[in-house]
Amino acid sequence: MNRTAQTVIDQRLAQARAEKRLALIPFVTAGFPTASAFWDIVEDLDAHGADIIEIGVPFSDPVADGPVVEAAGVRALEQGANLHALLKELEKRKNRLRAGIILMGYANPFLQYACKATPKTRFTPGLGIRSALDRLAADCAAAGAHGFIIPDLPLNEAGVWRAAFEAHGMPLIPLVGQNTTKARMQEYARHSKGYVYVVSVLGTTGVRDGMPPELVETLKRARAGFSLPLALGFGLKHPDQLAEFAGREYAPDAVIFGSALLKHIEAGNRASDFLRPWKNA
Amino acid sequence: MNKGYFGEFGGQYVPELLMPPLDELCQAMRDILPRPDFQTKLHDLLYDFAGRETPITFCPNLSKELGFDLWLKREDLLHTGAHKINNTLGQALLAKYMGKPSLVAETGADQHGVATAAAAARLGMDCIVFMGAEDVERQAPNVMRMRLLGAEVKAVSSGSRTLKDAINAALRHWIEKQRTTHYCFGTAAGPHPFPTLVRDFQSVIGREARRQMLEKTGSLPDFIVAAVGGGSNAIGLFHPFLEDADVRIIGVEAAGTGEPGCCNSAPINLGSPGILHGQLSMLLQDENGQILPSHSISAGLDYPGVGPEHAHLAATGRVRYGMATDMQALEAFKTLTRKEGIIPALESSHAVAWVLNHQADIPRGAKVLVNLSGRGDKDMDIVRPHIFPQGEQK
Repeated sequence: MNRTAQTVIDQRLAQARAEKRLALIPFVTAGFPTASAFWDIVEDLDAHGADIIEIGVPFSDPVADGPVVEAAGVRALEQGANLHALLKELEKRKNRLRAGIILMGYANPFLQYACKATPKTRFTPGLGIRSALDRLAADCAAAGAHGFIIPDLPLNEAGVWRAAFEAHGMPLIPLVGQNTTKARMQEYARHSKGYVYVVSVLGTTGVRDGMPPELVETLKRARAGFSLPLALGFGLKHPDQLAEFAGREYAPDAVIFGSALLKHIEAGNRASDFLRPWKNA
Repeated sequence: MNKGYFGEFGGQYVPELLMPPLDELCQAMRDILPRPDFQTKLHDLLYDFAGRETPITFCPNLSKELGFDLWLKREDLLHTGAHKINNTLGQALLAKYMGKPSLVAETGADQHGVATAAAAARLGMDCIVFMGAEDVERQAPNVMRMRLLGAEVKAVSSGSRTLKDAINAALRHWIEKQRTTHYCFGTAAGPHPFPTLVRDFQSVIGREARRQMLEKTGSLPDFIVAAVGGGSNAIGLFHPFLEDADVRIIGVEAAGTGEPGCCNSAPINLGSPGILHGQLSMLLQDENGQILPSHSISAGLDYPGVGPEHAHLAATGRVRYGMATDMQALEAFKTLTRKEGIIPALESSHAVAWVLNHQADIPRGAKVLVNLSGRGDKDMDIVRPHIFPQGEQK
């Protein structure tokens, strides 16, 4: 793989930039609210403005998530959602979806998929595990995924995972927040591709009314530390929350919505209606 | 090599937002723990407040029956009733030195919650304890104890509503309140540096026991045995003996009902490697990597994971990990109570049960030291229906 090749994720973000608008990144939990309704939602979002779609791979113990995402995951798991089924269904739609597809989930379900695919794997970090993760990456790429977000895989643990994903042209998206120092961001920047997930709050996912006062400094640090596009997430529900950043050089390039969108879907609304107010933001 | 690994196990599998407080804690371990003033204060708390040192007790009646010498390390005699206080006093004092006025903790039954609440009260700190809603209902008197000690007990209604969900909730709370709060983790598990930090605070058990055995019997024990849930009492006993090649070390996991399937808390024997609560270790999980609910009659062992150093010691073979079922633990509970006048916690009863059930593996005349990690007063409501099934003597 050519190191400088533009990935699908890069292309989608570049297009939004060229059109001088925010890139829109909805997050939806795989299998929520039901296995079949989920794919209708993905296709609806894809057809009506999503540049990238983050598909949540549910996990029983999601420590970075608040109650809405956790409850969506529990419901999906009760209906049998898992990574195998997700990849099978994704592959069927691979040539129809225009949006970039990011798989977002905790390390263990990915690890168990990888090790099942390569049963002789020994758990030596950096050695035997690499071949298992290669297999995971190959399967996900073949199904039509374009990258990963793994919230419980910080820089220190990510090396072998990132190497496996990038060998298949897929970035591992870093998460940074208000307690991430400039030096730490620069360290992430040396290793990262795709975009940067800027976590708005010192907390878990979930809808919030305002944005914390520290966010401006976080965004400024991230803008200075990374050359990659900045995607702001956690707590977003309406573009008014970003009004104060308009026109600033540290204004985010993309926005991610999860909990607010899941609540919108839960209430019986059409998913893509949620994107409407954001389209020209 | 990444930080915080024991062989292949351990690590720091946490959200990036938790890396700064973990780094801060690593730094505090290096800078504060070795200071003489810290060590003096901790010593005073452990000896004058918690009741160290604890004795080793010879069991004359059972030794005669079994044909080998059974000794107990009496952590049950500590303040709040178990070894947990060794760790909570250490972490609470460390947090205070770090300038953090608040503690957050998880608890399954209550032992760690009460020990944290007591340490917080003693040191004038705020304390929040997360407890699965299921456990809050099962353990009402223990919730009362924590509240009396000034802790705020928060019931966790998400997930399986038990210990693992209480840990999730405490981790989430810590993300938000990290500037003012220390997470007083209850066992030698979780993200680095907790497995090392908790082990170091609990190793006082093994250091004392090793010296006491030499003083009282003239030589080291042939076997040391401890129950393993998360594994803090066990690693505390084992660690000072690891270099003693002639000492056989036995960890005892909870086999639960003993039926096939997942009614157990024995991830080393019956689980597989996986990532939960910040660590790569042995884990009860399904084929898709979802965490399975654990079961044990002993709430303190009822956890689907185990500390990474135990997973490593199992992999290298230095420690042998056996199992005891709920029923075997109850039998051991009754036996030790009647024969020696000591009521063990159901956790510790698993270690006693392994010894009683492995008479054939232990040579005559051998010296066996069991860590009696806690007392059984807290378990009366659980054992009553098993010991008095008809309800008499209630």
